[in-house]
Amino acid sequence: MENGIKASFVVNKRRKIIQALVFALFRAAAVINGAALLIVVYFMVAKGWRAISWTFLTQPPTDSMTKGGILPCIVGTFLLSVGAMAIAFPIGVASAVYLNEYAKPGKLLRIVRLGINNLAGVPSIVFGLFGLAFFVIYLNFGVSLLAGCLTLAAMSLPVIIGSAEEALKAVPDTYREASLGLGATKWQTIFRVVLPTAMPGILTGGILGISRAAGETAPIMFTAAVFFTPSLPRGVFDEIMALPYHIYVLATAGTHIQETRPLQYGSSLVLIFLVLGMNLAAIIYRARLRKKLG
Amino acid sequence: MTRRQIKEIGIQRLFFLIAATSIILLAAIAFFLFMEGIPIFQKVSVKDFLFGKYWYPTSDPPDFGILALIIGSLAVTGVSAAVSIPLGVMTALYLAEIATPRFREIAKPLVELLAALPSVVIGFFGMVMVAPFLQRTFGIPTGLNLFNAGLMLAFMSVPTICSISEDAIYSVPTSLKEASLALGATHLETITRVILPASISGVSTAVILGMSRAIGETMVVLMVAGGAAMIPGSLFDPVRPMPASIAAEMAEAPFRGDHYYALFATGIILFLFTFIFNIVADQISHRYRQVGEASL
Repeated sequence: MENGIKASFVVNKRRKIIQALVFALFRAAAVINGAALLIVVYFMVAKGWRAISWTFLTQPPTDSMTKGGILPCIVGTFLLSVGAMAIAFPIGVASAVYLNEYAKPGKLLRIVRLGINNLAGVPSIVFGLFGLAFFVIYLNFGVSLLAGCLTLAAMSLPVIIGSAEEALKAVPDTYREASLGLGATKWQTIFRVVLPTAMPGILTGGILGISRAAGETAPIMFTAAVFFTPSLPRGVFDEIMALPYHIYVLATAGTHIQETRPLQYGSSLVLIFLVLGMNLAAIIYRARLRKKLG
Repeated sequence: MTRRQIKEIGIQRLFFLIAATSIILLAAIAFFLFMEGIPIFQKVSVKDFLFGKYWYPTSDPPDFGILALIIGSLAVTGVSAAVSIPLGVMTALYLAEIATPRFREIAKPLVELLAALPSVVIGFFGMVMVAPFLQRTFGIPTGLNLFNAGLMLAFMSVPTICSISEDAIYSVPTSLKEASLALGATHLETITRVILPASISGVSTAVILGMSRAIGETMVVLMVAGGAAMIPGSLFDPVRPMPASIAAEMAEAPFRGDHYYALFATGIILFLFTFIFNIVADQISHRYRQVGEASL
């Protein structure tokens, strides 16, 4: 009897030790992921901050891209991502309204959802090919800001739909019932009650969409971006320069790869700063919203 | 029917049409890929295209065999999966089950931000930081290789795997967990024998979507994988996955020439790979969905 208790005590101790070890391993995995982000950001800041100056941010490149600034790239990336969002945002929000407010469970809904999920899984380079074949060649937009915006819009649509749907789901049903109970139609309820309540969350998704579009390279390399333009874009049919493409070309092609390293680090730092800044703002804002609604 | 009702029905139809945009887009993507890719099969048979070992699109006569590119893609995805699956699932388990709320509050946004890092920046990091490090440490001729690309891709798919698995783990009913603990199981035993089996469909979906992301990712493999269109013999050989080949060569391929068609056809194969991954993920998450509490 005594021995049995002793034995089970030993077994329990062993189980506890194994558990502690495995949990430490799990914790290490979580720490590695966080560390990976911090390491990348740290290296870019450490190597890139010296390149950042007022001239770097406000001047076009000079001396066949080996000196000067990245203003046209910043402008191009801004136009591309904001333009893409201007197209994708209304379509995405309306899709989410249909999915969350109108659609009834069934085959049709299943197909629509499958379409959205698959669109989210299409590789970015395939969006690039599609943009090239459809917008650039078939619709004859040429390599242009417009073709780039449309391609990026197609790519960010699932992101917008996903976050808008989440925001709509968070609106309590009592709001809808109260509005319908007062005699409002379904559309009036959606337009005057549900959408305004969900709007902060939906806008957060929009910010995430912009940041995602700003960081993408593959979809714009055949549709919008060129290595050099003599001036800032004047219309939607102009070719443009963009930060991610600029980094890629400077780092991999041309004869000045080593010389332009500081410019590459500097451009990467600016891109990281833009993208992570927008994301961080969206994440913090969303956390606050959740606290308020929950 | 009143005017009000007619308007309501009209609005509902309109919203449905807009929601159908995603499907129409998906169909258009497939259509244009096939339109621009199919002509290559008048020159090369499907079998020679898929299983041809030589990719020399600019030689005379050219060779359009993408086997080395397909294997390159599968190899980088495999290496990345070997790193990202354990890392992602363990992180998800830690965050959903074990971590203190404070740790969670810090770690979750970090993982989300990791997902937001632009791929070109990760590729650049792999080129200028990881490659020289690998070259020195292992004494290999180039740090731009299969292993480096797989590693960089792993950190791009970890956030996908982690966040979807975490949702699945989080939604396991508490009563299952309580029952297991009440029977004397430790927390770890509860995790491995109750929580993981109960959330396995969600975790599998997460893993498949993470791998789908890795196989389709372009900039990292373009900048880091080394670019040699050959079947890799070791972990440190350079490879040229499908997206890298498309991205690197499209600018030079003559418009609607054989090379151009071949690159679009490569795009079809890539599209089909991710399409299948996504359908499988969708099937798993639908078929094995946890229904009620008695389904275990």
